Amino acid sequence: MKVLIDNWSTYWHGFLATLWLTLVSAALALVLGVLVASCRVSPVRPLRVFGTAWVTLLRNTPLTLLFFIVVLGLPRFGITLPFFTFAVLALGCYTSAFVCEVLRSGVNTVPAGQGEAARSLGLSFGQTLGLVVLPQAYRSVVAPLGSVMIALAKNTAIAGSFSVAELLGSYRTINELGYGIVWTFVWIAVGYLVITLAISALFNGLERRVAVSR
Amino acid sequence: MTAETSALYDVPGPRALARHRLYGLLALLAVAALVGWVVYMLFHTQQFTAAKWSPFTYRGVQELLLRGLGNTLKAFGWTVLLALPFGALFAAGRLSDHRAVRWCSTVVVEFFRAMPLLVMIFFIFVALKVEPLWALVAGLTLYNGSVLAEVFRAGVLAVPRGQREAAYALGLRKTQVMAYVLVPQANRAMLPSIISQLVVALKDTSLGFLITYEEFLHAGKLIATNLDYDLPFIPVVMVIAPVYIGMCLLLSWTARWVERRGRRSPKVRGGAPMARPGIGMGLPPEAQERRPGPE
Repeated sequence: MKVLIDNWSTYWHGFLATLWLTLVSAALALVLGVLVASCRVSPVRPLRVFGTAWVTLLRNTPLTLLFFIVVLGLPRFGITLPFFTFAVLALGCYTSAFVCEVLRSGVNTVPAGQGEAARSLGLSFGQTLGLVVLPQAYRSVVAPLGSVMIALAKNTAIAGSFSVAELLGSYRTINELGYGIVWTFVWIAVGYLVITLAISALFNGLERRVAVSR
Repeated sequence: MTAETSALYDVPGPRALARHRLYGLLALLAVAALVGWVVYMLFHTQQFTAAKWSPFTYRGVQELLLRGLGNTLKAFGWTVLLALPFGALFAAGRLSDHRAVRWCSTVVVEFFRAMPLLVMIFFIFVALKVEPLWALVAGLTLYNGSVLAEVFRAGVLAVPRGQREAAYALGLRKTQVMAYVLVPQANRAMLPSIISQLVVALKDTSLGFLITYEEFLHAGKLIATNLDYDLPFIPVVMVIAPVYIGMCLLLSWTARWVERRGRRSPKVRGGAPMARPGIGMGLPPEAQERRPGPE
């Protein structure tokens, strides 16, 4: 407890940084994921190929390698941004591949008959999508999307090792002050647990709200 | 392609096809422009000069890279060897009839799945002062073993209930029911998910880079930061990334191949439903359990 109270501001800053990094990366991942998913389900072949390549490449790249490339490689192209932006880029792109797969499998669970019925009623493409397909897809997407977001929160720890201020990185500061290393890590672990449990509670709540008995 | 059977749009007519071709052309142009810009930047920042690629012609550098790759595979091998028994043990614990055993296993599995892998690795490395290799292997084993335990448990539970009841009715003991009836059937159905989890383990061996384990990425960093070769960072990435991605792709394709082969096999059709492989990021079992399949 003493470790926590003495280093409250270090922990608190690390915690906030992790939270902020998670939120910004999640926003980027959702936007990119929606874009890539719409590429993958579109009738245009080059877009489909692009989406498939994006997902296959990013899902099979170690996140550490991606960080390595983005944080150390982009500056060679003359692109210099703050470390935080690099971390958001790496995390967001990596997670977008998983978000895309979740969304795509969600859209694919909607039976083709639903779309056909909507079109035969004379609904336009936008109406079919917004009123018939997406509401049904949304339901089967919530739970897996929650797991992806939890994984994203856990992956922010990697950013800490690439000199981005973050919760895991705070162990160095505290360790140099001579506090017990075990308790330092216990409180870091508690910090991550708070974030992941909050996300899973949020998505459980969402899931209950959209649940329909069939 | 699944696109034709999607709920989103009809089979396109001649005018829609022409429009799609136009969009396709525009998309192709955009992708080509992106690729062109990257290639231009590569040439513009002089990544293809002989000086930057010369280190790869030296025997020492080649051996350094190969040794790094060997170390990566060593960590991966140990992880597979240790995580599978760990997973089996805790899956058995979670399926146990004794409440105490069940609770303990549940706590262990849930805890190690909820912790960021890197925090565990750092804890083992910094606090317990373990060598990098074993810190990495221990962290990977605890995390992937716990996920595998959930995969095993889900697989055993997915075997139709009649199988278990029939086995008990024949007078088999608890262990025999598990070993002769449930596990063999579950095993065939789980294999794709197990291999997909191994892809995650292989990807995560690169975390060893952060605790100064001398693996593939570490070897690359050594070469990339060498001033004698004019800091050949991009060439190093061009060598390392395909190897990593290739290894992971090979494993992913194996998972897909096993799944497709299994779905055709009549032995599986009667048993547990086949798991769908997908490279999970964090907590795949729940996601896979809850994700409705396209049946």
